[in-house]
Amino acid sequence: MATVTFDKATRLFPGAERPAVDALDIEIGDGEFLVLVGPSGCGKSTSLRMLAGLEDVNGGSIRIGDRDVTNLAPKDRDIAMVFQNYALYPHMTVGENMGFALKIAGEPKEKIRERVAEAAKILDLEQYVDRKPKALSGGQRQRVAMGRAIVRSPQVFLMDEPLSNLDAKLRVQTRSQIAALQRRLGVTTVYVTHDQVEAMTMGDRVAVLKDGILQQVDTPRNMYDNPVNVFVAGFIGSPAMNLLQVDATGGTMHFGGAEVPIPRETAEVADKAGRKITVGVRPEDMDIVAEGQGLKTTVNLVEELGADAYVYGTADVDGKPYDVIARVDGRKPPEKGQSVNFAPKQGHIHLFSTESGERLKA
Amino acid sequence: MTTTTPEVPATATAPVPTAASVAHQKLTSPWASFAAIIIATLWTIPTIGLFISSFRPEEDVKTSGWWTWFSSPNVTLENYHEVLTGSDTKLATYFVNSIVITIPSVLIPITLATLAAYAFAWMKFPGRDFLFVAVFAMQIVPIQVTMIPLLKLYVDPPFGLPQLAGKFWTIWLSHSIFALPLAIYLLHNFMKEVPGELIEAARVDGAGHVRIFTKIMLPLMAPAIAAFGIFQFLWVWNDLLVALVFGGGNLDLSPLTVRLAELSGTRDNDWQILSAGAFVSLIVPLVVFLSLQRYFVRGLLAGSVKG
Repeated sequence: MATVTFDKATRLFPGAERPAVDALDIEIGDGEFLVLVGPSGCGKSTSLRMLAGLEDVNGGSIRIGDRDVTNLAPKDRDIAMVFQNYALYPHMTVGENMGFALKIAGEPKEKIRERVAEAAKILDLEQYVDRKPKALSGGQRQRVAMGRAIVRSPQVFLMDEPLSNLDAKLRVQTRSQIAALQRRLGVTTVYVTHDQVEAMTMGDRVAVLKDGILQQVDTPRNMYDNPVNVFVAGFIGSPAMNLLQVDATGGTMHFGGAEVPIPRETAEVADKAGRKITVGVRPEDMDIVAEGQGLKTTVNLVEELGADAYVYGTADVDGKPYDVIARVDGRKPPEKGQSVNFAPKQGHIHLFSTESGERLKA
Repeated sequence: MTTTTPEVPATATAPVPTAASVAHQKLTSPWASFAAIIIATLWTIPTIGLFISSFRPEEDVKTSGWWTWFSSPNVTLENYHEVLTGSDTKLATYFVNSIVITIPSVLIPITLATLAAYAFAWMKFPGRDFLFVAVFAMQIVPIQVTMIPLLKLYVDPPFGLPQLAGKFWTIWLSHSIFALPLAIYLLHNFMKEVPGELIEAARVDGAGHVRIFTKIMLPLMAPAIAAFGIFQFLWVWNDLLVALVFGGGNLDLSPLTVRLAELSGTRDNDWQILSAGAFVSLIVPLVVFLSLQRYFVRGLLAGSVKG
């Protein structure tokens, strides 16, 4: 078990103008499950591969525990990695796959067999130990890949989108299994995904990256409640937060017909940006109000989920059309084509500077 | 919701025939099979004729065509006996020579080429791409052009190296030299097809280049190596030019092909012996091909990644 520290770690691919990972600073606690999340090309996989030693580090350093591993070979880092495509050795049986690392480390055969049997039991793979990977289903292969990591009892688990090749149902199931397993083993884990639902449900903490720059590291709850900027606000949460550019004059923000008071500092920032401010409201914080008291929205689509319904509509703010999503009572949803007025629940708005995208006091 | 979706024409839902599927259909039609059988039969007739002749007594061969064998079957093993043990033909010795020449001439290039292909495919070093292109470009040098320079090197080696002329080494090395560019290129392409994640997984598991090569690459490359091995084996076994030039006509270094060529030159009267000799030299490649051909179709990579 160990902590992991990224200290201004930077990766610049040869020939690229912008670093793929730019001065990444994260401290991961002992036994913590940290999820790196972001859109494709944000540098999350590169960060993981830097930690694994599969990618050079061009600046800064990476430490596992107290050891500086920046320039160590992967095999000397005491890590285990689960790959997106599982990367099982096709000519070896499941048991040989799981025991390969131990065999290379020169462990006695007896011990290898014991450890493999143990891992196979944990992962419910006992009856498949003598099979080749090609005789397994996708979910079983995924578990073998996990087993290969577990068998070594490394200091850190690295997982690179291990669920992305599974079908939707299996993914949800495996998601909770991996999270539970990690809690049980207590091994520090860095997990990469592009799926923010995975990030929110699995991680002790979540790190959001964009264009190689770390945006925010926080617990899923805090991340959801207090996104530091417009990008995180829009990325975390499903369906996404409504983000609209609205007028703010004299300490009041105009959300359609609804007038919401904003703090003075925030109003000053808005004044500098031409009395504009970006307001974010989560779909579940949108209330239906009477005509003229909220943002007039034309309903384009209603998704009925039973208990709730999601209303997808278009609203007009200063002549610019915005997509608006709201969660409403599933028993009496508005109809398609209808006009509905939405106002944010009190105390549940997020304000961002229109210029910098940074969070402002609401 | 009053819009109606337009009826999709039924023909549009049928899969669009691709060039490959059309070709596949045409090639599996009964007429195509019939044509293939005709061609195969025509192609095989001379071999059958030779085969039958090799079992016919000398007088028969010299007085009538092989097809008359069907009306008056007359079988003897005398020709094979003569060919293998007869005092002035003694193919058995040359048979052994052929084996002695062929096995190292297959093993040396395969060993070197797998190592080189791995380095070209999975190791980073300066000038890699340039070297790779240079190696492959050697393919365009015709064998005939290299013969005199190579012979000079063998007879009068530089740097005080031992002289190789008059030894099997000249033939082994020459065959290896001629095989390497293609072997490296082919095996490199096969190795490149192995998913990079597999190599990375092995690196994380603690394997260095040597372990990755021996434990991961070699088993995965077995079909490709076997395929190349068969080609190289057949090429060397059937080769006359290289053996004749670099063996220098020395009988101790001559393989079957050289002896057979001599037989047809000096003994065109005894061609019942020639036909038996041809079949003696044919047996080994046939056995090799049949025993290794399953590697051609075995897809060992199945199941390594998603699939």
